[in-house]
Amino acid sequence: MGSALEQNLRAITIADRLRAEGISRRGFLKFCASTASLMALSPAMVPAIARALENARRPSVIWLSFQECTGCTESLTRSHSPSIENLILEQVSLDYHHTLQAASGEAAELAREMAMQENQGKYLLVVDGSIPVKDGGVYSTIAGITNVDMLNEVAAGAAAIIAVGSCAAFGGIGHARPNPTGAMPVSEIVTDKPIVNVSGCPPIPTVITGVLAHFLTFNKLPELDELGRPLTFFGQSIHDRCYRRPFYDKGLFAESFDDEGARKGWCLYRLGCKGPATYNACATTKWNQGTSFPIEAGHPCLGCAEPDFWDMGSFYRALSIPTEDTTRTLVYGVGTGAVLGAAAAAMARSRKSKAKALHYKVSVSDLEESS
Amino acid sequence: MTSVEFLAWVRGPMFQIAVAIFVVGVVIRLIEIFALGRKADLSKPRGGETMPGIKTIVRRSIPDPGTFKRSPFTIVLGYLFHIGLFITILFFVPHIELFHDVLGLQWPGLPTPLVDAVAIISIFAMLAILANRLRNPVLRFLSNGEDYLVWAATLLPLVTGYFAFHRMLFPYQTMLGLHILSVEILLILFPFTKLMHFFTSFIARWYNGAAFGRRGVQS
Amino acid sequence: MSSSEDRAVNAFREQIDGPIASYLSSCVHCGLCAHACLFYTETEDPRYTPINKVEPLRRVWKSEYTFFGKLASMLGLAKKVTDDLLKEWEPLIYDACTLCGRCSMVCPVGNDISYMIRKTREGMVAAGYAPDGLKGATQRAVTIGSPMGVKFPALQVQIHNVEKETGLRVPVDVHGADYMALLSSMEIMNFPEYIGALVKIFDKAGVSWTLCSEAFEATNSGMQIGSSDLEGELLQRVVDGAESLGVKYVISPECGHAYYALRWEGPNVLGKKYPFQVIHILELLDQLRLKGKLKVEDKVDEKLTFHDPCQIVRKGGVVEEPRSLLSLVASDFVEMEDAGVMNWCCGAGGGVSANERAQPLKLAAFKRKKSQLEALGVGTMVTACANCRINMEEGLEENNMQIEVIGLTETLADHLA
Repeated sequence: MGSALEQNLRAITIADRLRAEGISRRGFLKFCASTASLMALSPAMVPAIARALENARRPSVIWLSFQECTGCTESLTRSHSPSIENLILEQVSLDYHHTLQAASGEAAELAREMAMQENQGKYLLVVDGSIPVKDGGVYSTIAGITNVDMLNEVAAGAAAIIAVGSCAAFGGIGHARPNPTGAMPVSEIVTDKPIVNVSGCPPIPTVITGVLAHFLTFNKLPELDELGRPLTFFGQSIHDRCYRRPFYDKGLFAESFDDEGARKGWCLYRLGCKGPATYNACATTKWNQGTSFPIEAGHPCLGCAEPDFWDMGSFYRALSIPTEDTTRTLVYGVGTGAVLGAAAAAMARSRKSKAKALHYKVSVSDLEESS
Repeated sequence: MTSVEFLAWVRGPMFQIAVAIFVVGVVIRLIEIFALGRKADLSKPRGGETMPGIKTIVRRSIPDPGTFKRSPFTIVLGYLFHIGLFITILFFVPHIELFHDVLGLQWPGLPTPLVDAVAIISIFAMLAILANRLRNPVLRFLSNGEDYLVWAATLLPLVTGYFAFHRMLFPYQTMLGLHILSVEILLILFPFTKLMHFFTSFIARWYNGAAFGRRGVQS
Repeated sequence: MSSSEDRAVNAFREQIDGPIASYLSSCVHCGLCAHACLFYTETEDPRYTPINKVEPLRRVWKSEYTFFGKLASMLGLAKKVTDDLLKEWEPLIYDACTLCGRCSMVCPVGNDISYMIRKTREGMVAAGYAPDGLKGATQRAVTIGSPMGVKFPALQVQIHNVEKETGLRVPVDVHGADYMALLSSMEIMNFPEYIGALVKIFDKAGVSWTLCSEAFEATNSGMQIGSSDLEGELLQRVVDGAESLGVKYVISPECGHAYYALRWEGPNVLGKKYPFQVIHILELLDQLRLKGKLKVEDKVDEKLTFHDPCQIVRKGGVVEEPRSLLSLVASDFVEMEDAGVMNWCCGAGGGVSANERAQPLKLAAFKRKKSQLEALGVGTMVTACANCRINMEEGLEENNMQIEVIGLTETLADHLA
């Protein structure tokens, strides 16, 4: 909180911190190697990562939670043993986080303002939750400040923004039809700062920490796809890495939950799996330190890392099924066609009977030869 | 527009627009045909109309041997393409899901690798059909812009579907979106073009069979 | 209704019905109809593709009877029917088509193309676009009573010859006879043996029949040129004659298009049912055969085949009767390839033989029949249509082929027991 002790603590490098926790040099290098492979970097990068981490100061991270369910934080903190995730998180100075910080009320807000002041232009802003903008943004406020205002204020001094979770990245559930609060993703409100979208509902913890690790190592954000997501984690679809893919290719599908196909682990396409159109690391990195992921547990992928996945048709209807009510269109279409058709028919019949009335009776005089 | 927005649009409102145009158009075209009607035939019939009409509907799908000998390429390609198209449309499981949703009917599918092979055969048949249309003197003479447009509109769903399934050319969401869009284009073109033969050939075959059957000949 | 274009378009409007709308909606430009048409197969001229022949009709259907076609035409995007179009299409519709119906049997989507060509002729003739030769023949048919200008006195001469040769009377204008026989001018002038054959067979079988001096002509040039008005005028004479004699049946002779006009188009063109029944001579002969009233004593030894007149077999429905009758009198009967309802037209009917301009095309088309015959190796061909007969004789001569063409009725009569 601005005391000399705090300032000293923040001056220690990441390598110092790791040593302070009893991590050996060997352990530290192993950690760097894991980070390199996580970021799909070659082993030749390991010394560079080690050097960077040894010299990197713990960056200040301000975490703003807006219109969210706290699932992203929960995902991040799900671990019972020291893990890479935890190591990374402890390498940052998490100066503001609703759930994790000890302080509350005015004291918490003061901590935030001080961190902003001291690290102006250098702190990382992490956002989870969407930002409501309707009716002046009143639908979500913290300490009387609307989310919109707080975001703009904090973003102004940030080096970069990490939008964690589908809500911050794309608007999430708040953005789903009919979007009563006017929920917006970060990228539609802040347009002048580098933003990484780490989508997922929630995102895989390793993905969050992987992005942080990249930032810490290279002091810039990783390569992003057209939706602003790090390509390393969002460059492959679930479908392309799914262990049930051979069943899809052969055409063996579960047709209901707990039918024979389901019990045999067949493809869940017919049960609504959005895996083919969803990009995330679930099928490889999995969840709970590689325990499983929804498809492996027998549930079709919801497509939660994609924008507006709530509005892409039922979770339990296949990707090939249109998202709107086609039967209704058919019924109205037939009705409209019948009415227009009847009109066209009436015109045709009248035209024909008029032609009959004007029938030209051919007689011998019409048989005059031309030559 | 991102690939996700594109896919959401073709799976959403664009599909309904295409289906609406298709249904309204087809219904109008069919009513127009029946509305013109047939004058009652006052000659004394030798045979019936209904059964010969129905028989012609079925039998006209079998080519007569003489014509086959004279134009085997056109006939074989026509079969390959039509049967192939119907198999890929009707017996690929993701498509069956679509029909189940829209029409409430479903039926067993064929193994996906089989449908995949059939799709490739159909695509090659389509390419051969274009070559035939361009090189055969009768076809070249008869063909107009509509023939080529309909050919392209029919080929695109096959090709884009194949590419999407095999994750070729564009990222999946774009490729799938293009596939769905190509089907929507086909649906929209349907009532304005010879694609109507999908419905009207049954009517035509019946009228033909009925007219000849009345005179005692099975056409 | 002033211009010829207007008359054509109006006639097309009248003729387009549900079947035609379904046919034109279904055509996918597959081109298979060309391979069923002898005018295409023997010339390889793609303009003779059957569906191409109905282009004038199609334009009116598209722009006037389809919702979207009408919209397009309001935007000025429709193809119109012009004098130039009609003029260009006239030879396609009259020189290169006999209405044989083979195209209708083959079209994969089920189009009855010959039906459409028949309807297209209604517009063509109303606009004045028809071949001179056919116009002349029709004029003669209407004003004189026969397309070849045959008047009753000329027929009387033939009757007299037949009576002398057979020793039997040819009944004329007999009230209350069961059957009234019609004749085609072609038979009267070129194959009067037909009359003799009738006399002989009917005498043996005890058939009560008559000719009618006021209505003896079967050939219907009105149908050939495609005018229901003129067709009806000619048919009305037959109806009047049959009614005045009070007959039960009218016999259609060995003339293809006469049968189709009388049997199938007649009541529709006249707008009412006949007070009699129409029977083709082959149908009557077969009935006599079944009743045991037609007995032959010796057979024709030569290897022979049968040419199916298109309007009698495929379009007419008289398919089995010629074969049953031939089996009576032939000992070595072989069917040509495509025999029966798919047989190839002789190329001369439907107005083609009356059209001098069409002669070269007709001779070229004959090559189809030539191939069929060469493959068979026969010396004799039997047929049941005088027009087929004379034109095939012409074609055979042109191609130096030694094949005799004989009529079925006269062959039976020659071998009567």
